[in-house]
This record gives sequence, structure tokens and C-alpha cells, in this order.
Amino acid sequence: MNDIWGGLTQAVWLVVTLDAELLEISLRSLQVSVSALIVASLIAMPLAAFLSVKRFRMRRAVIAVLNALMGLPPVVVGLVVYVLLSRSGPLGVLGLLFSPTAMIIAQVIIIVPLIASIAHQSLRDLWQEYHDLLISMNVTQRQKMATLLWDARRALLTAALAGFGRAIGEVGAIMVVGGNIDHATRVLTTAIALETGKGEFALALALGFVLIALAIAINLAIHWLGRTEREGAW
Amino acid sequence: MVSTMFPLTLTGARSARAGKTLVGPVDLTLGGQGVTVVIGPNGAGKTSFLRMLHGAARLSSGRIDWACPTPEAQQKQGFVFQRPVMLRRSVLENIIYPLRIKGVSRTEATRRAHEWAERVGLGDMLGRAAPVLSGGEQQKLALARALISSPELLFLDEPCAALDGRAMIDIEKILTDARAGGTRLIMSTHDMGQARRLADEVIFLVHGQALEHAPAAQFFQSPATAQGRAFLNGDIIA
Repeated sequence: MNDIWGGLTQAVWLVVTLDAELLEISLRSLQVSVSALIVASLIAMPLAAFLSVKRFRMRRAVIAVLNALMGLPPVVVGLVVYVLLSRSGPLGVLGLLFSPTAMIIAQVIIIVPLIASIAHQSLRDLWQEYHDLLISMNVTQRQKMATLLWDARRALLTAALAGFGRAIGEVGAIMVVGGNIDHATRVLTTAIALETGKGEFALALALGFVLIALAIAINLAIHWLGRTEREGAW
Repeated sequence: MVSTMFPLTLTGARSARAGKTLVGPVDLTLGGQGVTVVIGPNGAGKTSFLRMLHGAARLSSGRIDWACPTPEAQQKQGFVFQRPVMLRRSVLENIIYPLRIKGVSRTEATRRAHEWAERVGLGDMLGRAAPVLSGGEQQKLALARALISSPELLFLDEPCAALDGRAMIDIEKILTDARAGGTRLIMSTHDMGQARRLADEVIFLVHGQALEHAPAAQFFQSPATAQGRAFLNGDIIA
């Protein structure tokens, strides 16, 4: 109980005094997770729309694999990305290991299946609703996908938020590929893991409270911007 | 408007799903003017017939020949469904949608949408979300959206089903105006009163077979088949 109270007071103190290290770590967390979210959304949402409107032989298998990949173990993703980016790996020449870019790559791999699967469920339902109309209008495949993505944009926000939640709370993969280097790749989750390991529970809790507050604030901001709860809004 | 799509000729046209024939085989020829009303008892295959003509249902056997190449014919037709499908957008965005996908500029599309919204009585609802309109308003919107791209042929699958008298009158007026403007209409209906008011010719379907294809006056005065007479008498057709 003392640890929780201590964490809370320390969290408030860190935020009120705009602690420089906390700001740096928080901003890096946001930078990595928002970048990963943008890249992953640009891949996952068109993929989900494509799987909704296009019929091809292995479609069901692709959807099943995509759903299964939602449970991809982050540490394994981190290990694979590490091997690819390590000096002796195929992409070692890029020199990305232990950089925020490597962390973004790992997070993209983790959240693409999650965003794509949730988005596909929304788009598939909408496609069933729109199918006859769009077919009757001789709409092209690209126009069908664009129409679905636009008209389901508020439902897609939910998919994006789920991806963001997974990304900002992720620790395993970014610890492996980022290395938790101070002033370089340290983010809120890896800092929490570090402080916990050092027995600094109050500081770890403080960072945890900041992480939760950040995630809630981003979610609320996106909901507000998307006006998802406004009656009659599409 | 002189249609380049007609005559439309069906030769043994049949549509089936999962091995079960939904409609056909049908042999008939449709001319390029007026209103063709497809009537028949429940389950006769009226919707399947319209979908087969439109190309929305795959042809299992036989042929459907337009006077112009089929892809060109498909570009010149519209379809209004029994339960109108509303895009999750505003009324205005719904009406301009067919024009926008054809590359018409937003300014021009919006100008034409305002005209059509006024014609169908939705002029003061352009900013409203389409999915929250009433059934009659949604059907008017579906008609405006179908007619804005000036189709030579419009299919309508029971466009007034579940609508009250006022909405039905409004929709029949829109259809009469479209017909006067040269749009060829092929529609199904359960409402014999509506069929008598609108039809120039009638196709009478039973169990997917076109038992009669005749001028409306001729069909309603002296149907050629026993089933036709029974149907007009209100008897149940097994």
C-alpha cells in the first residue's frame, strides 16, 4: 500500500515538476508507438478492406492466419527482428539495431495483425450491407475498398486504438531490439521494467501511472476527434 | 432519350444457386421504351429475375443479349432495392456518390444533387445522416441516387414495399417523371393497383417461369393462362 501511495505521490511530483527525464521517456514512448500505429494502420486497413471485398482461393486461410497472429509473442517478434537487424543479419548493413526505428519495426509487426483482424470484422459487416449496391453501380475494386474504409472510419478508430494500446504497453520486443539505452531507446515500459529490477517500486509505479494516463488521454483525444459517441454522426 | 441498349433478348436464360433453379429458363425480348412490371406470387422469382437481367446474379445457362456490348449496357443501368441501402454518409454524399465514382467534379455533382434532392422532396435534408431517414425518405434518396447518373434503364425491386400511401404517391410520381424523361423502367411489385397504374407491359412469373409477357391492358383484361386469371382473381397459386 505504501508503494502504491508512494508511486502516486511521486507520479504527481514528476508530472507537476515536468521532470526532464520523464518527459524525454514519455515523448519517446509516444513517438515510437504513434509512428508504429501510423505505419501499421497504413498496412493493416487496406489489407482488411482487400480481404473484405476480394474473393480468392486462399482467402479464408489468410484470414485465419491473420487472426492467429494477433497472439504473436512479442519477445519472439523482438528476437526475429533482432536477428534480421543484427550486424551479421540480412539487414545489418542498415545499422538500425538498438534504435527507435528498430523498436517501431517490431511494434508494427506485432500490431498489424491485431488492427487488420479487428478492422476486417467491421469492414466485412459493412461489405455485406453495401455489396449489392456497389456491385449494381459497377464500382471498381479500389473504389469499393476506399468506400468501405471511409464509411467505416469510426469503427476503424477502435481497431487503431486497440493497436495503439498494444504498442504503447509492449515491453518484450522493444527491450530486445531497443536495448533500453538511456537517452536513446528507453521508453516508459522498459524504464518500468528497469526500475522494478532495481527495486525502485515507487518510481516504477510512478512511471506506470504516467503510462496509463497517457494511454487514456490519447484514447479520449481520438474519441473526441472522431466524435464516435455523437448521435447520428457517421 | 433513345436507348442504345435495346432490344434485350433472353434465350433460355436461367439463374441457379446451389443447384436450385431460381428463375428460368426464360425466352423473351424487351423493347426500349416504357415500364415493364414483373408480377407473380411470393417466391415466383421476381427479384432473381431482375438480378439476372441486371447481371447481379450469375447466369447458369442460356444467354442475355443487349443491343450494345454487355459492359457498356451495365454502365447504363441502375438498380433500386426493396430495402434501400444507405451509405453511412449524409443525404448529399449519398446522392453524389455515383457521380463521384465516375469522376464528375464535386462542384458539378453537388449542383446536380441539389436539383435531384428538390425533385424528390429531400431538398431540406441534404445535411442529415441518410441511415436515420424514414423508409419513404430512404427510398426517395435511393431513387435520386439511381437517377442522378441518367441511366437508360432502371431496375426497381418492389420500390414501394412497406411504404404508406403518401410515400407511394411520391415515388410513383418520380417514376412517372423518369419514364417521361426516357428512362426505361423494369420493376417488380406485389401491388396490383400500382402495376395497373404504371405498367405498359407485364411479365407474369410463376416458379421462375415467365408464363406471360403481354401489354398491360391485354394482360389485365384477358390473361392468356389459367394461372394468370387465378392470380388476378386473388386465388392462391400453388
